[in-house]
Amino acid sequence: MSGNLLEVSDLHTRYGRVEALSGVSLSVPQGHIVSVIGANGAGKTTLMNSVMGLLPSQGTVLYGGEPMHNVPLEARVARGMCLVPERRDLFASMSVQDNLTLGAYSRRRESWKADLDDVYRRFPRLLERRTQLAGTLSGGEQQMLAIGRALMGKPKLLLLDEPSLGLAPLIVRDILLMVKHLRDDGLTVLLVEQNARASLAISDEAYVLETGAVKMSGPAAELIRNPELTASYLGG
Amino acid sequence: MQIFDPSIFPVLFADGLTNGAVYALLALALVLVFSVTRVIFIPIGEFVVFGTLTLAALQSGKVPGTLGLLLVLLGVAAIMQAFGQFRAGQSSRGLTTLVGGAVIGAVLWFAIGALAPMKLPLLLQSLITLLLVAPLGPLIYRVVYQPLQNATVLVLLIASVALHMVLSGLALVFFGPEGSRTPPFLSGDLKLGQVTVSQQSLLVILASAMLMMGLFFFFERTMIGKALRATAVNRVGARLVGISPTASGTLTFLLAALIGGVSGMLIGPSVAMGYDSGFLIGLKGFIGAIIGGLVSFPLAAGGAVLVGLIESFASFSLSAWKEVIVFTLILPVLLWRSLITKHIPEDEE
Repeated sequence: MSGNLLEVSDLHTRYGRVEALSGVSLSVPQGHIVSVIGANGAGKTTLMNSVMGLLPSQGTVLYGGEPMHNVPLEARVARGMCLVPERRDLFASMSVQDNLTLGAYSRRRESWKADLDDVYRRFPRLLERRTQLAGTLSGGEQQMLAIGRALMGKPKLLLLDEPSLGLAPLIVRDILLMVKHLRDDGLTVLLVEQNARASLAISDEAYVLETGAVKMSGPAAELIRNPELTASYLGG
Repeated sequence: MQIFDPSIFPVLFADGLTNGAVYALLALALVLVFSVTRVIFIPIGEFVVFGTLTLAALQSGKVPGTLGLLLVLLGVAAIMQAFGQFRAGQSSRGLTTLVGGAVIGAVLWFAIGALAPMKLPLLLQSLITLLLVAPLGPLIYRVVYQPLQNATVLVLLIASVALHMVLSGLALVFFGPEGSRTPPFLSGDLKLGQVTVSQQSLLVILASAMLMMGLFFFFERTMIGKALRATAVNRVGARLVGISPTASGTLTFLLAALIGGVSGMLIGPSVAMGYDSGFLIGLKGFIGAIIGGLVSFPLAAGGAVLVGLIESFASFSLSAWKEVIVFTLILPVLLWRSLITKHIPEDEE
């Protein structure tokens, strides 16, 4: 399958009078990792939440060629859009395994046992801690659980919001490597990151967001060598 | 003031435990509704009243007023639902909703009209009672709370107060001003050593315990129960795995109405119930729920049993002060809770 799985055009999102996104357009080709990089407050999380339908917005979001305007969040999840939010939003007082099984909620009539094994194979740490409460996990483990929970929804498009936030560099490397493996297994990923260098390294394409608008875009391999970008986002 | 007599102690204890078990059910319903939907469900007591009065009407072979209430709510809910569907451009769905609502209403009207005068066995009457009371929960959710889904806790509380007044007013219209009692499910006493306990009391305690165990099983073992818990723990997270807050809210209100109706049938033989009795009963469950901080199920149930016991002893030794003592209990509890709880700002979503 080829073509764009996700097409966002002229997306506007406002918080009251403040326009957080002013006409963002981007496309995510099937089977690619596309990353959106930008500083704090550039509108990255707003972009993710708007695409997912957590925030009301104007503009077009086409997913698999279908307009998502009238599709509620829950139905988007059932169609294979899964967001791993910045705050992770785990079920803290429930066990790791319960968190994962709930990830399969939108398709509970199908068998998801095989997917649970798959998540445990990808994150052996979660298997060790499956009876532990999600709130007692370390930051890195929580991030793994959040990704695992999203994978249980059998996503076609995984939206990852700042997976590196608050994590030690070694763990960030592991998690981004995991994202790369997921792409190699056929998953399409939209990744939002502040850690520009690390995310560009695993991405196929990238967009640079600045105060709610796309400032630059192109293949990740080119952007990583772009002198302007190097100066402002890659620390010289 | 009467001095405690050791021989009366077990009797008061059994009495308190019986009422406490029912308050515990109400406390659980209140905690459940609050944690899933953030609604402080003051009208829970009205469902208790509906449970008792519906069963009492069926006992005397009359069509219960609940039927009228149910039909009115069904009509309003169907119109609201259809209106939303028409606005979203789904005219055929809207039409289905209206026709479906009308058909269900007509079927209920004829079925209950035919069944009510037949004076069926008590067990069947209880089932009809639940069939009439339980759907009121989801309908009320659809009409009142679903449009307020994103409102603050305060707005939801104000809506609850208003709803309580409307419902007790409607109860007066549909049931009339006379109070009623229902017959006990079991008559006769059981001798346990020195103490005689009525079989009905034991049934109430047993039924409450079984219902609680059923709820525990539901929340711990089933996917839908876990989904409700997940909504309570993290609403955004729940939506992100595809759990619709509307579906969770509807199910929660169904459970709450069911618990309220069962409580009404259990407590009906020991308390004369009028259209306006719900508030006090609900309030006693609420104190239990407050002891559990509106989040902890076991604490809420334990607290409610304590309320029942205190009420029972107070009504014997200081009967004029009974309610005062029970409701004064909330002050030290609130103080204690304010000392042990960290303030959590309301920043959801």
